[in-house]
Amino acid sequence: MDFPSFYMDHLAGGRLIIGLIASLHVLINHPLAVGAYPLLTWMEWWAHKNNRPDIDRLAYRITFIVFIVTTTVGAMTGVGIWLSTSLFAPFAIGSLLRVFFWGWFAEWLVFISEVGLICWWFLSWKKADTAEKKKKHIKIGVALSIMSWITMALIVAVLGFMMKPGEWNQTRAFWDAMTNPLYLPQLGFRTCFAFMTGAVFLWFATFFFTKKKDSFNDKPRQLRNWIVYRLSHVVLVALLGTFLFGTWYWNAIPETMKANSSVALLTQEFMSWHGQFQTLLGWTIMAFLVVGLGGLGSSFMIPRWALLIPSFMGIWLLGHFERAREFMRKPWVIGEYMYSNGIHKDELAFLQSEGLLKHATYVKHREVTDANKVECGKDVFMLTCSRCHSTTGLNSVLDKFTAMYGADKPWDAAGMTLFIKGMHQTRTFMPPFPGNDKEAEALVAYLLQLREKPETLHGVQTEGIVIAPQPKEPAMTAEANTQN
Amino acid sequence: MTTFLAATPIPRDLPLPLPVPEWLLVVCLVLFFLVHILFVNLMVGGSLIVVVLEWLGLKNKRWDALAHEVAQTITVNKSLAVVMGIGPLLCINLVYTMQWYSANALTGHAWLMIVPLVTVAFLLTYLHKYTWDTWTSGGKKTLHQLTGLGAALLFLFIPLIFLANVNLMLFPGEWEKVKGFFSSLSIGNVLPRYLHFMAASVAMTGLFLAGWFGRQNADLSHLDSFTRPELRRQFYKVCAYVTLAQFVLGPLLLFTLPAAGITTELYVIIFSGAAVGLLTVWVLFGELKRDDARIGSRYWLIVMLFSIVVLGMGSGRHVYRQAALAPHQAEIKERTERYAAALAEFNQNLAAAPAPAELSAAQLFMNCAACHAPNVKLVGPPLTEIAQIYAGNPDGIVAWAKAPGKKRPELPQMPPFAHLGDASLRKIAELMLEKGGAAK
Repeated sequence: MDFPSFYMDHLAGGRLIIGLIASLHVLINHPLAVGAYPLLTWMEWWAHKNNRPDIDRLAYRITFIVFIVTTTVGAMTGVGIWLSTSLFAPFAIGSLLRVFFWGWFAEWLVFISEVGLICWWFLSWKKADTAEKKKKHIKIGVALSIMSWITMALIVAVLGFMMKPGEWNQTRAFWDAMTNPLYLPQLGFRTCFAFMTGAVFLWFATFFFTKKKDSFNDKPRQLRNWIVYRLSHVVLVALLGTFLFGTWYWNAIPETMKANSSVALLTQEFMSWHGQFQTLLGWTIMAFLVVGLGGLGSSFMIPRWALLIPSFMGIWLLGHFERAREFMRKPWVIGEYMYSNGIHKDELAFLQSEGLLKHATYVKHREVTDANKVECGKDVFMLTCSRCHSTTGLNSVLDKFTAMYGADKPWDAAGMTLFIKGMHQTRTFMPPFPGNDKEAEALVAYLLQLREKPETLHGVQTEGIVIAPQPKEPAMTAEANTQN
Repeated sequence: MTTFLAATPIPRDLPLPLPVPEWLLVVCLVLFFLVHILFVNLMVGGSLIVVVLEWLGLKNKRWDALAHEVAQTITVNKSLAVVMGIGPLLCINLVYTMQWYSANALTGHAWLMIVPLVTVAFLLTYLHKYTWDTWTSGGKKTLHQLTGLGAALLFLFIPLIFLANVNLMLFPGEWEKVKGFFSSLSIGNVLPRYLHFMAASVAMTGLFLAGWFGRQNADLSHLDSFTRPELRRQFYKVCAYVTLAQFVLGPLLLFTLPAAGITTELYVIIFSGAAVGLLTVWVLFGELKRDDARIGSRYWLIVMLFSIVVLGMGSGRHVYRQAALAPHQAEIKERTERYAAALAEFNQNLAAAPAPAELSAAQLFMNCAACHAPNVKLVGPPLTEIAQIYAGNPDGIVAWAKAPGKKRPELPQMPPFAHLGDASLRKIAELMLEKGGAAK
């Protein structure tokens, strides 16, 4: 209500962009930073201890790939989550920054050291030519591994908090948010998942650097056997952890959701997510298990392409995990505090009684009349629906009504208004409508016109803003209250 | 205090207190920003200098070797530029929440493009660096140069997006005129800011490289056609002449600033900074006149003087922003408080009002009315049909409503209503049977 609305009609308001950027970030961060750094450090240490320059060289070559990817796409998608959230949900990210300032600040310091360490580690690798220097170099790798894990641990606290604020609502205390009930299972799941996929990534990359005619190494086959045998151990152990933590997480969520929102959610939409997560977890674990066991036997039992199967299943599982996590948050963006459209829980009744447009900042009119009904409806749509729905694009609000009222029949305006006002009772993942009756009618008028004349709705990034003057005197009085 | 036109948006602030005192955030904002912008300067200036040097290298190989050495520094500086940018972003989000996010949204497409553009620029920078020894002749060399040029052009454009935002946030009264990123460029004085920033990038990179190659343990084995004093002199020159140009670009920036934030304090800070700047340039040109044995001995003095200048300019920048936004901040605060008071009063009355009587069956039925009408099929079956199926069996309706199945393929499945509770569902069921019977 207080920020100009960035909006992209064909992309469910643009929310999809956050999802894409965030998923890409997680898919790079988990296997390549959290998983691969410690494994590569371990390879470097082994090579040093057993005097195996071939293993050291292999670790260096894989680190090169990891270095390039994490410091470009990895770093920029991380920043990108922030930049895109600033556009689509400034009210949420702005509030989270105020609650989680110290978490974010600490995260920043850790992140600085992580970036410094990866540059230092990779760029000084070749310069570590004595045993003394090599020992120091390995220590940099250890520090890097620890820092990249801590970065993830801090961010997971924020994610867990958004879903289940724990005691935060009463105390507004930072540590309460940090120790919320989903934190540990989620962190454990992500850590084990990172090792499992990181090991498969190293395994996959090894194929490219252990070809027969490689000039630096005359025994590529032995080197490949050596690494695959050990990596399959990592896969198997991490897989067990992924399974255990995944199950813990799977069991912890329904309890949390029962406390957080209506039980009804558990019966339909949620149950299908929940069931799918379990199935997918099972199949992904199976795929990694087959690869891990195959690798124990001989590196040639598992061809290069076969590694892609668990990798893609892992991507699918993690994507599902993140999507379900986002979905289960609904109707909240910050549990029990702020709805997905930025309305605070404690101002809901006030706005329903007073009207939304009256207190909004970027609207054309403050009072609904017959003449401006559709224009008001458009503003109401932008303020209350557009953070999740589009008019005619993805997750279109017209599609939702078509599913209910039919494609070829006229829609009943009175029925739609009733539905909108009681929507949070029938669709418990939807926030309650935060406006008065006239505004609900205006929204329906806009939707009905949109159905007749489908028209792209533009966000402020192309259309700019329009501002109706603010009422000068506070019209809110006790009498005004009772009138409603 | 300036009074705003009706068109100035006065939003309500987020109803959460700042996590740390505002003055501390402001100090952090100014300092962290300067650190961030230093690395951005080195990244942008470095990539421009590399393009020029590599081009010179076509005639004389020694410049090519120098370009390669400079390129080595960019990839580290660019990583630090990104990571050091997070701190100031965190601070500006907190101190200027309402103005900053609004500017982001108004320039939204460009703001979002930062992510892919910077990623591509970084990848090109790596490609340029790691193909230096392999793409060495003919078409490949041209391709190599184009790679460097591509990265440099991106680095020339991306700062404009940030500048547009930093500028636009200062003038809420102008927001109504903005229709997208390009139109935001005509507000305030983006172009003079841009030129000042670009010149600073080249000057700072010159100073950095003079120290980088001039340091005692610098590895100059790839640069055997240069001597250390010669490198120092070359990069000192870049720094000195470009800094001289800042004495034109700086005033241009200052005098094109909209009057909104101009205060005496600002002039005092900026002109003191400029005076130290003049001293710095004098020391710098003095250094250039020294012979090979002694050039570089005043390096740290120059760095210190530059730091003072930069700190002055950074503080001046903040003082301007503070003054330009003071009226807007005050109006936001006033509106936020007014809203909070009204809200508190409303919620107090609401809590004090007698607890609502139990909802009547008719009120409860509103949960159903959007889909079930007496005679016609809306979304679900009409009440007449329901009354037929469940005649004399209201508990059947209650059981169904708690866990609905899917009987009719042509209709969407009914959502469950267990959360309304058995007693309410029973009331609704009885009303349904009554209404359905009557409508026949």
